[in-house]
Amino acid sequence: MTSATLHTNATRVTADAWRRQTSVRRLYTALGVGLLFVAMCATMWFADEANAGHFFDRLPHLLDFLSWLIPKDWNDVWRALFDVASPHDTGTQEFNFPLGRVYVRGGFYVPEYFELMLTTVNVALVSTFIGFVFAVPFSFISARNLTPSPALRLIVKRFMELLRAFPEIVIAGLFAAIVSIGPVAAIIAIGLHSIGALGKLFYEINENIDMRAEEGLRAVGANWFERVRFAALPQVLPNFMSYTLLRIEINVRISTIMGAVGGGGIGEELKLSISRGFGAKTLALVLLLFTTIFLVDQFSAWLRRKLVGEQAFLMSA
Amino acid sequence: MAAMTANEINAIEERFPQVFRRPLHKRFGPLLLVAGTILYLAYALWFFSLPQVLRESHWERLPLFLAQWVSYDLQPEFRLDQPEITPKYPRFSALGENPNPDWVLKNPDGTFTVLIDGPAKSVTFDKTRATIVANGQTVQVSLTGGKPVIAGPVPNWITAHDDEVVARMGFVGEVRVTVDRVKVRKRFLGWANFVFDTRSPFFGKSPSEVVSLILSGPELKPGTSNLALAADNIWNNAQWQHGDVWTKLLQTIVMAFLGTLLGGIVAFPLAFFAARNITPSGLLSQVLKRFFDFMRSVDMLIWALFFTRAFGPGPLAGSAAIFFTEIGTLGKTYSEALENIDDKPREGVQSTGANGLLVQRYGVLPEVVPVFISQTLYQWESNTRGATIIGAVGAGGIGLKLWEAMRTNSNWANVFYMVLLTLVVVFVFDNISNFLRRRLSRTIHDYNRLQAEQG
Repeated sequence: MTSATLHTNATRVTADAWRRQTSVRRLYTALGVGLLFVAMCATMWFADEANAGHFFDRLPHLLDFLSWLIPKDWNDVWRALFDVASPHDTGTQEFNFPLGRVYVRGGFYVPEYFELMLTTVNVALVSTFIGFVFAVPFSFISARNLTPSPALRLIVKRFMELLRAFPEIVIAGLFAAIVSIGPVAAIIAIGLHSIGALGKLFYEINENIDMRAEEGLRAVGANWFERVRFAALPQVLPNFMSYTLLRIEINVRISTIMGAVGGGGIGEELKLSISRGFGAKTLALVLLLFTTIFLVDQFSAWLRRKLVGEQAFLMSA
Repeated sequence: MAAMTANEINAIEERFPQVFRRPLHKRFGPLLLVAGTILYLAYALWFFSLPQVLRESHWERLPLFLAQWVSYDLQPEFRLDQPEITPKYPRFSALGENPNPDWVLKNPDGTFTVLIDGPAKSVTFDKTRATIVANGQTVQVSLTGGKPVIAGPVPNWITAHDDEVVARMGFVGEVRVTVDRVKVRKRFLGWANFVFDTRSPFFGKSPSEVVSLILSGPELKPGTSNLALAADNIWNNAQWQHGDVWTKLLQTIVMAFLGTLLGGIVAFPLAFFAARNITPSGLLSQVLKRFFDFMRSVDMLIWALFFTRAFGPGPLAGSAAIFFTEIGTLGKTYSEALENIDDKPREGVQSTGANGLLVQRYGVLPEVVPVFISQTLYQWESNTRGATIIGAVGAGGIGLKLWEAMRTNSNWANVFYMVLLTLVVVFVFDNISNFLRRRLSRTIHDYNRLQAEQG
């Protein structure tokens, strides 16, 4: 046998093996995609069946519902936002802007919507604060490299998992029965969830720190608290802050949703306005919500960039 | 270690001025931050009028609600103003239509004894007087004088009102005695009628009886097998609504699955046009990126409210809301993954003269598919959690059912049942997602490592 035929043989064997391998892989991929497709069709059918209105029945009317969003007079959006009487007022709730005023002093007022938006943002800020305050110690206890006791670590970790997975509306509903429906119940619910969510992110940061500083402190006989305070905390604080700022953004959104189910703030108004079909009001509220979320996002991005530095910011984003 | 002299300390201070003599704003920065936070919290205290809210809150309800999550109570009532004392149970009592519990005893002398926690916590009464036993004390209540009168000192677990004597016995229950009736509340751990409700022919039978009935008993309802009847009774249990709860739970899962999958399918091609290194047109990339931002920043709630209005309440509206949000989220993460790829494989495929589509297929896709799958699974996981909340505004799923059960303030056991199911679902889906992520997002390095391990 010449070396040339040997060579072709080897090539053929390799090519066959490759073909076999790819055909098996292709089969698996096709099966997987097919399965996914079947699941998609089945779930679509299920969702359509269980829904009040069916997809194809409602589809032609999809734009009808968008049409009420467009106000007869675009100036009504501004009037709704700043509580100025509209010339189109017919006595219905759709145009009763002047009612929604919060008087600060004398004739100076803040439009109610701004106050509601402020409530929503404050709910988010306070609950993030609660989350931060509890998540920091929890994260040190549950970091593998810093934990004072493995048993405690597991308990705290499981506890935080539970806080994360527990549906927020259940906590909100439970506390609504205790402190009455309103922003305080929402703060407790979002705060508890934030503890779990931030705690997990924080302990993952803790587990990646440089342990040499900790070893140094251990060598001079520092106790657990001192080691955490002087070796770990300075390393992780910028990242903690960065994640906390991200959490504020998320919490602004969640507190809007909580508002819609009775947690106070802009959510409730938005829900009412949309379900009753108040076009100008809805647009005003969405505009306000948009601007706020945009501002919060931009401010927190700016602050994060300052905290963790441009380079690290890009890496983590 | 010898103590340092003042000179040595000074020398160290001079050597590291950046540590010891930092600029003012750096030294006091953290202090200012803390002061600002405290000021803000004081403002928030005022803003939410927290002292007032706390004053008006009912924290004593919390243990009560939590107890109701894992227990149920029975409330027999005994009318004393009728010729004969007979126990009455509320309609829809957990005991069914013919309650005859063994803890309500009719004594030979005509008196009744209700054992709330055995004889140690019980009440015995006839029309003239009641004897309450609890905490090692026996209290006589005379009922003849037109109002209940306690003989002797009143223990602290009893509250004597003008016309009513209330004896609290802790978790196990309480007794209320007035001149014309005795009301008992007895609390049991566990959930009553979880399997069969009181209307079911299987109600009140032991598990072995039920099994033997199903296997070999006569047909309880002509024309239906006992097995089918039992299954139907369980599924349509009026008190626990297993069928409805499970269907709603399935809706939540479906919403998350469908929304994430469709979002991924739409975001996938768009991401290629949004990735700056792949699309030649900077304008198109910018437009698409702003579009993703828009889809993401219009909150899931707003989409949910819009779609509930368009399609009516139900999982279709919820799926659509998640779908629209996910286009934004996945579009952004996909295009970022595309922008972070190594350009060399792409250039290699390009150099063979392949057309645009083939370049993407063989030069780009193998690199990003693991990242795409991993991101999609993450979103799926987080949407499974999130779908409960938008459900509460009418977007379908378990959320609304949970919210309604809590608003009535009475079905706390049902709330706990649904919460447990939700937690199990979240836990299971977390694990499925983690497992799939590990299996599907193996990179080429992992393959090489596995090959090496297998020899």
